[in-house]
Amino acid sequence: MEEFLSLTLGGVVSGSVYAAFALALVLIWRSTRIVNFAQGSMAAATTFIAVAVIDSGQSYWVGLVVALLAGLVLGAVIERVVIRPVEGGPELNAVIVTLGLFIAIQGAVALIFGVDQRAFVPPFSNIGYEVREGFTLLSLSPNTIWTVGAVLVTMVLLIALFRFTRLGLAMRASAFGQEVARLLGVRVGRMLTLGWALAALVGALAGMLIAGDVSFISPNFMDQLIVFGFVAAVLGGLDSPIGAVVGGLLLGLALSYVRGYLDDSLLGMAALVILVVVLLVRPGGLFSTTPARRA
Amino acid sequence: MAEPHGSTAADLTKGAAGAGTGTATALLEVQGLSASYGPVRALDGVSLRAEAGRITAVLGANGAGKTTLLRTVSGLVRPTAGRVVLDGEDITRAPVEAMVHKGMAHVPEGRGVIAELTVDENLRVGSLFRGKVGRDEFDRVYDLFPRIAERRDNPAHTLSGGERQMLVVGRALLARPRILLLDEPSLGLAPRIVAQIFGLVRQLVDTEGLSVLLVEQNARSALSVADTGVVLNLGRVVVTDDARTLAADEDLRHAYLGF
Amino acid sequence: MSDLQTPAGAPGAASDDAPSTATAAANASSAAAGGGGRSFLPKTTLLRHLLVLALCAVGAVLLLEGTERSTNDQISRIAFYAIAAGGLTLLTGLNGQISLGHGALMAVGAYTTALLLDVEDGEPLPLAVIFLIAVAITAVVGALVGVAAARLHGPYLAGATLALAVGVPGLTLYFSDTLGGEQGINVRAPRAPDWFVDAIEAISGERGQGTKWLAYIAVVSLLITYFLLANLMRSRIGRTWRAVRDQEVAAELAGISLGSWRVLAFVVSAAAAGLAGAVLAIVVRLTAPGSFLPVLSLSLLTAIVIGGLGSLFGALLGSILLVFLPEWARDFGLEVLDMESAQASQAAFVIYGLLLVATMLFAPAGLVGTVRLALLRRRAARAAARADGG
Repeated sequence: MEEFLSLTLGGVVSGSVYAAFALALVLIWRSTRIVNFAQGSMAAATTFIAVAVIDSGQSYWVGLVVALLAGLVLGAVIERVVIRPVEGGPELNAVIVTLGLFIAIQGAVALIFGVDQRAFVPPFSNIGYEVREGFTLLSLSPNTIWTVGAVLVTMVLLIALFRFTRLGLAMRASAFGQEVARLLGVRVGRMLTLGWALAALVGALAGMLIAGDVSFISPNFMDQLIVFGFVAAVLGGLDSPIGAVVGGLLLGLALSYVRGYLDDSLLGMAALVILVVVLLVRPGGLFSTTPARRA
Repeated sequence: MAEPHGSTAADLTKGAAGAGTGTATALLEVQGLSASYGPVRALDGVSLRAEAGRITAVLGANGAGKTTLLRTVSGLVRPTAGRVVLDGEDITRAPVEAMVHKGMAHVPEGRGVIAELTVDENLRVGSLFRGKVGRDEFDRVYDLFPRIAERRDNPAHTLSGGERQMLVVGRALLARPRILLLDEPSLGLAPRIVAQIFGLVRQLVDTEGLSVLLVEQNARSALSVADTGVVLNLGRVVVTDDARTLAADEDLRHAYLGF
Repeated sequence: MSDLQTPAGAPGAASDDAPSTATAAANASSAAAGGGGRSFLPKTTLLRHLLVLALCAVGAVLLLEGTERSTNDQISRIAFYAIAAGGLTLLTGLNGQISLGHGALMAVGAYTTALLLDVEDGEPLPLAVIFLIAVAITAVVGALVGVAAARLHGPYLAGATLALAVGVPGLTLYFSDTLGGEQGINVRAPRAPDWFVDAIEAISGERGQGTKWLAYIAVVSLLITYFLLANLMRSRIGRTWRAVRDQEVAAELAGISLGSWRVLAFVVSAAAAGLAGAVLAIVVRLTAPGSFLPVLSLSLLTAIVIGGLGSLFGALLGSILLVFLPEWARDFGLEVLDMESAQASQAAFVIYGLLLVATMLFAPAGLVGTVRLALLRRRAARAAARADGG
């Protein structure tokens, strides 16, 4: 029972990071119909930049801000320079471009920062709280609380942006009705760039949080997370931010139980199985009420 | 794409382009506009004038180039030749996003509601470029279209065809245009709804001084509400004349307007 | 043979527009074959391919005997990349399905080979049998993946196969007792038979052991694979795959079961990946999870995209790049930039990625496709000029 509780909590923690990553994928997908497979590499890059900042004597928080800003810039530049030409083109071309970025950015990170693993010190202790005499809940630590809290705050901010601001409305209009939005004077190109920038920022945050969770980073440490984020996003239907969050939490729980009751090394296969089952049984995601939209 | 009655065009040239444009100042002037989709020439030297405070209807069969005309005027399609002049300003090369700032609102074919947004959000998109807009302007649109007022918080995809048309017209009004470009507003709507929407457009033109460039396949309804009619065939202007004159011309109606 | 779906197939349609889809090379290749202007080659496809095969075999012997041992090893590595890339280009180029799981499928073939060669006492099975078993097992895995993949497209398929690429290395850790865990399995390289040693002795006077024997195995595997794939691509089956890719609705209306054809493409493609893995196992003499990371699949994708999707020749060119580019990059990093070797070799991945992006932006038909289209265009222009003159 205690193990189950611990695994469940742990699932919520990692699930919240998957949710953030899935959310970043969804933000891009719904505005450009592109799955950004480079997002893992981009987040690895921003995390390495943060580590470089932290290693130079700055605090974690300065590193975090730098990572988020780097994500913002990276996302915007990538959209402007290489994504814009393939937007609306054959879907295979866009997929290949994001995969090219995946491998190029990962290579660049390794080239600049080296291929070895590096220690990553989280901002808070990773030691679990002792909830009662003799029972320490490993997955409830100051750092996991920070992790979940940071994701929650980010989501609330994003919801506020999209629901209650004119900028958010312009972004949504650009995502769902490009031509109409342009005719009504919305600078759709800018909104798409901003969407990629915001998504990359959320991805950068997820990178920092997962790095704090595992304590080590290497240039390909986000390879698994891009898959988990994708699976979570597909669980939620790939179109829906709320779905991405719920999908992330569900995947986090499922993988946490796999980790606890089976083995760490099976996480990837478990994610694959979940993905395939969902795609074959409910291609529109767990919560779709309409038949799957297959663009 | 072929024009079924094209062979009768020769004896119908009496009202050649230019007739009926009069001396009134044109708010929107299209001069020798041509446009192509790849090798297909969709517009071939089209000239017309939409006068201030009037409804100018562009008529013609499917494939005559009506939609392309509107899309070229609003910058969605780049012309290969010709000019578009709005109130004396050459806007031929202006970006699409700038048109609404210049006072032109284009309601595209297929109604163009943004299905994922609510009715109210759709309306707000119309006024986005103007910055903060008072609630009273929205209330005025809701007063014009009580049916969508009831559904202001519903997602737009739940609306009926007629309601969607009301929504997009209302949304365009929130952009406070001097000229409204309407593409096939009657498409797929019941005659009663068409009459209601056209009546409302007429009312706006008469009371608010709005100008409208209306593209319609439903020529009978369009001519009943329009001041001037322009008949397009295979990308060229066949005739331009007073709407009532056109409606009375039986040969022309049979050849191009299908009623 | 003639397939008029190519963008430059009809002289009138030949324009300066660059082909915008990545699979243009596959179309161009079929058009080139339909051109039939080269009368010195035999008329039927099979005979023509046999002739090319024989020429390539002779060329391969000359190449292997004319170069040093280290080059022999490079050729072996080109061979296994090219085998896998050939299968992948059939899948992606002809059938329009992307796969990032081919690295994982190669792992299946490699581990099968390693396990079958690793017998406690006595002789292992003959190598050809082991290779066939590796191919068969990978084909079965490919069929399983293909059944799921047949219903997916574009980004969904890419994501699902990426999940495969990420998931499979984990299995080697889970079953570490049999599969050797992180360290992997050291592969016992097969010994060359006496007839081979004698034959090499007679040809070049060199020793036919070790690297040389492996290089011959690799090259023979490559030649056989490409011969089979080339015939398959030119056959009715290849044309059906193209129809499934380009004319989904029409193909379905014509009674073609899209699903089974997609699964078949995946099986054929997986079989090639299995053979590639088997060759990799004996050439590298080690199978470890670190060799089959997602980056391997991405490298294969790079090879076929740069070469030109749907073209075997393009896949071979791309594979040559996969072997030589990292070495050049490492040398450049070591000597010019004074970097560590492991770090410097990463530059290759940066270049792969940039090449992938640049190819998609500027020449989606890849090397072979772009050249072919340019040739076709010139031929069409000349034909048009002749028609005008006459």
